[in-house]
Amino acid sequence: MSSATFQLWRGSGADGKYTTYTTDYQEGMVVLDVIHKIQAEQAPNLAVRWNCKAGKCGSCSAEINGKPRLMCMTRMNEIPVESPVTIEPMRAFPWIRDLVTDVSWNYRVKKQIKKFKPRPPDNPDGTWSMSQEDVDRVQEFRKCIECFLCQDVCHVLREHNLHEEFVGPRFFVYVAALEMHPLDTENRLEELVTAKGIGYCNITKCCTKVCPENITITDNAIIPLKERVVDEYYDPLKRLFRMFRSK
Amino acid sequence: MSRAEAMKPRGFGQTQRRDLWWVEPLAILLGLSGYIVYATWAAFQGQFYHWGPYLSPFYSPEIFGDSPHSWFGPKPAWWPAWLLFSPAFLILWAPGGFRFTCYYYRGSYYKAFWADPPGCAVGEPRKSYWGERSFPLIIQNIHRYFLYVAVIFIFFLAIDVWKALWFTDVQTGVTSFGIGVGTLVLALNVIMLGGYTFGCHSMRHFSGGGKDQLSKATFGLKGYNCVSCLNRNHMRWAWGSLFWVAFTDVYVRLVAMGIWTDWRIF
Ligand code: SF4
Ligand code: SF4
Ligand code: FES
Ligand code: FES
Repeated sequence: MSSATFQLWRGSGADGKYTTYTTDYQEGMVVLDVIHKIQAEQAPNLAVRWNCKAGKCGSCSAEINGKPRLMCMTRMNEIPVESPVTIEPMRAFPWIRDLVTDVSWNYRVKKQIKKFKPRPPDNPDGTWSMSQEDVDRVQEFRKCIECFLCQDVCHVLREHNLHEEFVGPRFFVYVAALEMHPLDTENRLEELVTAKGIGYCNITKCCTKVCPENITITDNAIIPLKERVVDEYYDPLKRLFRMFRSK
Repeated sequence: MSRAEAMKPRGFGQTQRRDLWWVEPLAILLGLSGYIVYATWAAFQGQFYHWGPYLSPFYSPEIFGDSPHSWFGPKPAWWPAWLLFSPAFLILWAPGGFRFTCYYYRGSYYKAFWADPPGCAVGEPRKSYWGERSFPLIIQNIHRYFLYVAVIFIFFLAIDVWKALWFTDVQTGVTSFGIGVGTLVLALNVIMLGGYTFGCHSMRHFSGGGKDQLSKATFGLKGYNCVSCLNRNHMRWAWGSLFWVAFTDVYVRLVAMGIWTDWRIF
């Protein structure tokens, strides 16, 4: 048994402050276990969102010692406990209470993205044929558990509050999965530049660093999308070439 | 989006992070600043940039200049007298621009030099933010054009390595094959720069990343995978090649100044 002190962000509305709790924990416990222990023994009205405790539902996102992480995937032995451990809700979304924020903005954003539009079926029975190597690339993006930790850490949302003009790394991953799909025929490049604000991303890679699914968000999703946008909008030779071809 | 007062963004440098988040941006700040100072100094020298068959990469290709490597002879007559001349001035814009617009360097100098953000989940100094969406940073989209030039430069630097294999005896005037430490330094320079240039994100896009079906990649799936493989370590190639280019210049310079002796291996 070891003991540690935690500073949990508590309150609601305009009132929020750190509240200190000291508790024991056993080897192998994760931060979410400790939060549950505090909830059971000292703070029965503590609000915390969680579901699977297996790093797969993406509910328990929080900021542990200032780093966006899943509480259920952060073992106690991974964090320094010499000084009080701070646990706060994600800062990029409206706060509801204690450790819980309202992430519904993300669902609204997702609905606005053009849906998957496959080419007409390749075979008479209405199915498609594609090679494995063509779909391999988008598999990485499909691992996303929608924990929104990447959205939380992205300074465009977190610091500059540009939620109306910028969809955030999670949805660039989503757009990349659709745009790079070998069957998809839809074109989302224009909305990427306008409504989705891909130009706001300054490729500082904080999103990649926090992703619990280890999706290489910046290098594999955002930059390749930026390159496609350059093809379409900023490359003078490509534009010239297209002009002549369309004549 | 409305956020509670208690949850408003933090001030510059404020964070709950306990780790040494400032070490990386500080190292980048010092590393890049030091590099810029050295490269500028070396470019202004205009001498000691060649020795025997070696040519410093800061001066290659030498379009005009006094060394035997020069394409079109010495400084052109039309060069204004009041303007300082160095063969490096004519070409350094290309590798400089390539690195300045490189996706990796962009991300790191926005953090280190502009604190945008200073570190992940660390408060920023400014409220306003345009990103790469509008002028001036929208110009970064020109990166692929610098890539085209950089690929041509790799070709010239490879020719320099070939030339560095042929030594002329000062007494007899006879040219013979040889390998000096400098030859290896120059060769490693091309390998490092090649690893950096061919792992470029724009190169990855051309090699097939821009297509939805990778099996139809421009350079073939193997080619695309090869570029992606270099790309995964783009940061390491970026720093490795940056350091080695400067070291190559130092090597040629010190040998030319007579401070170091170039050992002939073969
Ligand atoms: S790389 Fe782009 S999307 Fe990811 S955190 Fe940085 S600015 Fe945001
Ligand atoms: S991309 Fe990664 S960090 Fe972002 S929501 Fe998906 S799993 Fe979470
Ligand atoms: S509780 Fe499901 S991811 Fe943590
Ligand atoms: S992205 Fe780094 S050189 Fe092109």
